[in-house]
Amino acid sequence: MIRNFLIGLVLASFVYIFYNLYVSYEPKTELTGIAAHYAEQGAKEVGAANLVTAVVVTYRGFDTMGEVTILFLTASIIGFFLKLNKKDEKKVIIHKGTSELLVTSAQLLVPIIFLFGVYVFINGHLTPGGGFQGGAIIASGIALLIMANPNKEINHHAILWIESISGIMFVIIGLLGIALAGGFLDNRFISLGTFGDLFSAGAIPLIYSFIGLKVGAEISNILNKYQKSQKES
Amino acid sequence: MNNELIYIILALGIGALTIIMAIIAILNKKLSIAVVAAGVVSLFASILYLFMSAPDVAMTEAAIGSGLATLIFFYVLNKIKKYND
Repeated sequence: MIRNFLIGLVLASFVYIFYNLYVSYEPKTELTGIAAHYAEQGAKEVGAANLVTAVVVTYRGFDTMGEVTILFLTASIIGFFLKLNKKDEKKVIIHKGTSELLVTSAQLLVPIIFLFGVYVFINGHLTPGGGFQGGAIIASGIALLIMANPNKEINHHAILWIESISGIMFVIIGLLGIALAGGFLDNRFISLGTFGDLFSAGAIPLIYSFIGLKVGAEISNILNKYQKSQKES
Repeated sequence: MNNELIYIILALGIGALTIIMAIIAILNKKLSIAVVAAGVVSLFASILYLFMSAPDVAMTEAAIGSGLATLIFFYVLNKIKKYND
């Protein structure tokens, strides 16, 4: 009785808060403040056709580094808790067998999925998408691979090396921005090139490629840990 | 104008389906069905993001929310089942 009353109270207060927000909401007709600066000067200053990328990688590059760090921390903690002992490591996952359809389509689709992921993060400054999206797409390719063959061994060391090297390169490019251009993660130390070309927008394609590799490696690492944890009985 | 109306009706329909799937995910007693329903919520949400012209967010939601998170939930479910038997 008291529990239901409390739940009702919480719901009523939510309704009250959101009703107030709804009543006082006025849609803005034009961009103001810093948003207007990004929209008007972004293409000229950064040279990226995709303004979201310009904001995520250069203007708000520090936030992106924080996000990547959080993902790294998550992957490390999952790796810590799902560590297997030596005896379980040698076991084989017993499963009811994967369907022919899944195995065949995995052989066909995994390379295409990887290619699409790389396309998404290399074209991050031109079309929607970028490092995080491309990395997630690559990791979903790995997911298909380990679903089709649950006992597939993914090269653990390769994933770790890709992850650490791209993380270090990301920070080095950021520091080069301080040394050669205006500030941390400033992309203008490589020439901006022609607006809309594949190799344009300074260092953004480089930065986004490293972010994409890092995110892909981290999520693949998480999936690999979960897959291996099925061995433990 | 007519085009806009179709978009609004589609968006409302997908929104309603999202809410129905969310309720299924919460109330269903069978955990595997609840996990799949939660994945479908993400899938519909990504379509809604696309309607609101945010393809970046839609991509992330579709890949992580409905793809990888569902898979990880299934791995964990399998693990829990082993312990319960």
